[in-house]
Amino acid sequence: MSASLAEAGESPGRRALRRFLRHRLAMFGLVVVSLFVLAALLAPWIAPYDPLETSWSRLRQAPSWAHPFGTDENGRDVLSRVLFGARASLMAGVVAVLGAVVIGVPVGLVAGLAKGWVDAVISRISDAMLSIPFLILAIALAAFLGPALENAMIAIAISISPVFVRLARGMALEATGTDWAEAARALGNPPWRIAVLHVLPNILPPLLVQGTLAIAEAIIAEASLSFLGLGQQPPAPSWGSMLNSAQRFIEAAPWLAIFPGLAIFVVVLAFNLLGDGLRDALDPRGSR
Amino acid sequence: MTALLEAKGLVRHFPIRDALGRAKGAVRAVDGVSLFVYRGEVLAVVGESGCGKSTLGRLLLRLIEPDSGTLHFEGEDLRALSASALRKRRRRMQLIFQDPFGSLDPRMTVEAAIAEPLKLHGLHKGRERERVAELLSRVGLRPELARRWPHEFSGGQRQRIAIARALASEPELIIGDEPVSALDVSVQAQVVNLLAGLIKELGLTFILISHDLGVVRQVADRVAVMYLGKIVEEGAAEALFRNPRHPYTRALLAAVPGQGQKPAMLEGDIPSPVAPPSGCRFHTRCPFAQPYCREVEPELDGLTHRAACHFQDSLPPAPPLREAEPDARLRHLQSFFDRETTP
Repeated sequence: MSASLAEAGESPGRRALRRFLRHRLAMFGLVVVSLFVLAALLAPWIAPYDPLETSWSRLRQAPSWAHPFGTDENGRDVLSRVLFGARASLMAGVVAVLGAVVIGVPVGLVAGLAKGWVDAVISRISDAMLSIPFLILAIALAAFLGPALENAMIAIAISISPVFVRLARGMALEATGTDWAEAARALGNPPWRIAVLHVLPNILPPLLVQGTLAIAEAIIAEASLSFLGLGQQPPAPSWGSMLNSAQRFIEAAPWLAIFPGLAIFVVVLAFNLLGDGLRDALDPRGSR
Repeated sequence: MTALLEAKGLVRHFPIRDALGRAKGAVRAVDGVSLFVYRGEVLAVVGESGCGKSTLGRLLLRLIEPDSGTLHFEGEDLRALSASALRKRRRRMQLIFQDPFGSLDPRMTVEAAIAEPLKLHGLHKGRERERVAELLSRVGLRPELARRWPHEFSGGQRQRIAIARALASEPELIIGDEPVSALDVSVQAQVVNLLAGLIKELGLTFILISHDLGVVRQVADRVAVMYLGKIVEEGAAEALFRNPRHPYTRALLAAVPGQGQKPAMLEGDIPSPVAPPSGCRFHTRCPFAQPYCREVEPELDGLTHRAACHFQDSLPPAPPLREAEPDARLRHLQSFFDRETTP
């Protein structure tokens, strides 16, 4: 005991990490997400075929050893397309959420800390955005910006950002009511220092949880936009657009729908498990 | 001799709003308080919970803005200062909170927390670490603990850390808002002794906000008794404890454990600060109340020992107080444990 006295104590972050590593479902989610990330990064090397290469000699072939996920209506290898499709989906998910965080968190912090009319204006705008169904708003924005994966990401980022505005505002309001925030003021901290050095680190855990869960939502949104032709443009592969072209052959060639659908399902589930695990690990009221 | 801190006629009401945001009344937390504290003096502000003493403490530091009244610190008008000038002045006046589990940022190490006032005010540049170690040993903690996190400490240790943080910028004035009342009884005595020692050694000016007269008796030079947002009695600690002039003060003193009296004098709850009683605010609970008390509000009256009671000169003599026994409760507790363990 006395030997460990001089050592640094266990930080709240490290304690959460220890709890997180013991969380089975979260670790399962993490492993699955990591596999998808690896697949996306290594797609050019691990994909058995060129995802764009068509062939008249192998249209809509059922899964076989040569083509484990079968081939599509243009004779392209579905496995290769699912692997490359992971790039569009994960990138859209992560970039859109990062964008939403970058827009939403500072705005929410300002609203929660400035209070008064600044808060009123920001809150009404974000309330108005939240009153429009998320996907409808994303579709409208994407249609307005024009069909492209980048525009879909921007549309999703903007549509999700009010969630982060609200969360950051609420947490900032809660934080300003705490003794440690008042203590920071009493010590002579200027408002920006309280916001950045005290409030932000304390609201990071819920933001991390919300961010992880939002990635799952953004992936579904990207797939939906691509399904509607507003996201990734053909012939580049995307799970959403693959599902779209699969619907014409749903009875004749169900593998065309099953594999991209399964990919969406599994990766979204994994992000949700990861987010729930993070929530459990970061909740100070949690056990252990 | 001029006062280090002087407040005159401080008022702070918190509006109560209905669902539409219209004010439909106000909690009159602090309702016209004048107060001063001399350099090197320990002033205690005592009263029941809900009497507005914590609000008063924050008003005195201008952590919340008063609705009206004046506030001077070292002769300077605190209310006239700009936000940035006020932040610079905070170096000279610090606050210790009641709840040691809430007042330390959970995401800052002890070292970062204590060094923060140094960084903010540019003190001990380049040797913040040594200063933190110095402060930790000053409050009775090992300097090796500097890199630990608040959640690794007990309540008493955290309060010592909070005290070290308050001392870091070498303030002139420290306000302690119930600094020991959230602690275990056995730890309370240690922290009170620590504070008393620091006040003496460093020549601090200290305003102790407390409902615990045992603690107050031990450290205060002067006492102000607060009831429903007003000061009802104020005077040198010795005089006030020996000869309380306000019935409310008497009731509080009678309720101190170890006085061998039943705390039966105070009946009923403290009235709502939204609608304080007419006339003397204490008349609803005062055993000596006369019809006149309901009508006319008494002013603080007297030279050095002042009380706000119409009949302060005609009250029956107060029962004598027993000698101060700082560790009475500790001993009481100890005897309780002894009884439990010896067969």
